[in-house]
Amino acid sequence: MPSKLSNNIKGYSQNFSWFRLVATLLGGLLLLFIISPILGMVLATPLKSIVSTAAESEVKESIWLTIWVAMAATLVFALLSIPLAYLLARYNFPLKRLVLGIIDLPVVIPHSAAGIALLGFMARDSFLGKTSSSLGFSFVGTPAGIALAMAFVSVPFLINYAREGFASVPERLEKAALNLGASPARVFFTISLPLAWKSIVSGLIMMFARGMSEFGAVIIVAYNPMITPVLIFERFGSFGLKYARPVSVIFIAVCLVVFILVRLIARKENKDA
Amino acid sequence: MLRIENISKKFGQFELNDITFQVDKGDYFMVLGPSGAGKSIILEVISGLVKPDKGKVFIDDLDITNLAIGDRSVGLVFQDLAVFPHMSVFENIAFPLKRKGIKGSELKSRVSDLAEKFSISHLLKRSPVNLSGGELQRVALARTLALKPEILLLDEPLSSIDVQLKAGLKSLLRSINREGQTIIHVTHDYDEAISLGSQVAVVNSGRIVQTGTPVDVFRNPASEFVANFSGIKNFFKGSISDSSAHELRCFTVSGIKIWLYADDSKSEGYVCFPENSVSIALVNPQTSAINTYQGVIVEIFQQKHGFEVWVDIGIRVASLVTWESLERLNLKTGNEVWVSVKANAVQYISIS
Repeated sequence: MPSKLSNNIKGYSQNFSWFRLVATLLGGLLLLFIISPILGMVLATPLKSIVSTAAESEVKESIWLTIWVAMAATLVFALLSIPLAYLLARYNFPLKRLVLGIIDLPVVIPHSAAGIALLGFMARDSFLGKTSSSLGFSFVGTPAGIALAMAFVSVPFLINYAREGFASVPERLEKAALNLGASPARVFFTISLPLAWKSIVSGLIMMFARGMSEFGAVIIVAYNPMITPVLIFERFGSFGLKYARPVSVIFIAVCLVVFILVRLIARKENKDA
Repeated sequence: MLRIENISKKFGQFELNDITFQVDKGDYFMVLGPSGAGKSIILEVISGLVKPDKGKVFIDDLDITNLAIGDRSVGLVFQDLAVFPHMSVFENIAFPLKRKGIKGSELKSRVSDLAEKFSISHLLKRSPVNLSGGELQRVALARTLALKPEILLLDEPLSSIDVQLKAGLKSLLRSINREGQTIIHVTHDYDEAISLGSQVAVVNSGRIVQTGTPVDVFRNPASEFVANFSGIKNFFKGSISDSSAHELRCFTVSGIKIWLYADDSKSEGYVCFPENSVSIALVNPQTSAINTYQGVIVEIFQQKHGFEVWVDIGIRVASLVTWESLERLNLKTGNEVWVSVKANAVQYISIS
């Protein structure tokens, strides 16, 4: 019996298998499905129109706006998310599963609906709206409102990555640090945070990426100032497919460059650490 | 001095029950028990990582039961050592010192003194990730002793060490103890308990079954559990003083010589040999067993299988004989008999 079993395993891994062939073909189809629309769009867009579009100040401004607002949203919400992720990784408390469910909620609800909810939350007659207008600024139609919309739909990525990072830090190391006289805060900053850093950086990148590409929630909270996804939508609605393409190509390129850069920096930091 | 009074702690299925013991200053206190007996939890209670449900912990009559973990002057070396992987060896040892506000050149000299003491000066710049078990053990010890704790707690410190390195680490622990450091050391290995401990507490299913010196505990087991755990009635303290041409060593206890094999040529220690390795004869037997003594039967106990016969040969030796042999030789208390033990059956445990 054992020899027959091992023969089967050997056959499975080395010889021809119909299943593997079919799985490979299906996987190839899927990859084509992702690559071909993007590649098709890039090829269908003349280089001249890309260059001239890139020179438009409206386009440049929207790209800068998208990048810095997404980055600001990520950094500000990191201050709230990372301590929460640590609590979720280390402690059990009543209704913890409910809390975990609430954190994942923004991922499963339609983003336009999230935008409507946020608009009510920050409108002039709401608590947040009244407070902010008494301080002399408004969320609706401003970068602050865009940041809130981006954060709402993207913060679950950061919390979940950071939570997994903290959970993978052995509790023994924290106990040892306590025994060596460190306070809980010092244990967090010298042991837990550095050891979970890799996961936290992945979470920050994911949140930033998701925030930059958000459209549904942002367009409801702030049509203007225009982030690039909204600008693409506007050009498509007003002028048609041909005019929406150059901006799309440019923005996809910007996203790719930004993510490759951020990942390279993160990898270098991890090597140094 | 550390005193633990009536500590109880419930942990799911597991229960620590009414643990009381005292460790005097300078003691090397062994906590011996099978895995799952609750030994590690005792250490976590002393260090404050676990709050007991009941009972108190004192250091020099100061109640530390509710004191913060970092203020207890109790250093714990974990079984897996818990050396911080993202810090260099230097930073690991400096970690507890920095919290005390020591920095700059004083920090450097304190760390390098410790490193020298534990023979790890050449490792200070290395990351702990690639260090061996023995090296990590020394880093963890140096880091824990940096704060000069009143009590040093060791959780199975020899379990992750290669056999060849164990002797070296044992003598390091002994020398730390000899400098006055009070140590509580948890183990499941009775060899370790005998060779290091000045006091032994035997723990089983969350209770302390017996405490005393190694000789007390192993020679007079207070319960069947301790007897089974130690399992040895022929247990003597003495010293190796002499050796033969063919590597046999001569161990002397109360003037009785016992020949055995050992690596040490001159040292103090314990010998033990199982009861079933001791045979009894009516006349001087011409056997291959090198240890042959004349003595008098002092006691005979019935056992589950056969009889336990105690013979006084200057020291009291126990032998396990069958019912048939007992009848055939007509063994009775007061009889003069010959006792023999093979040198191969005698185990030696060094304490120096």
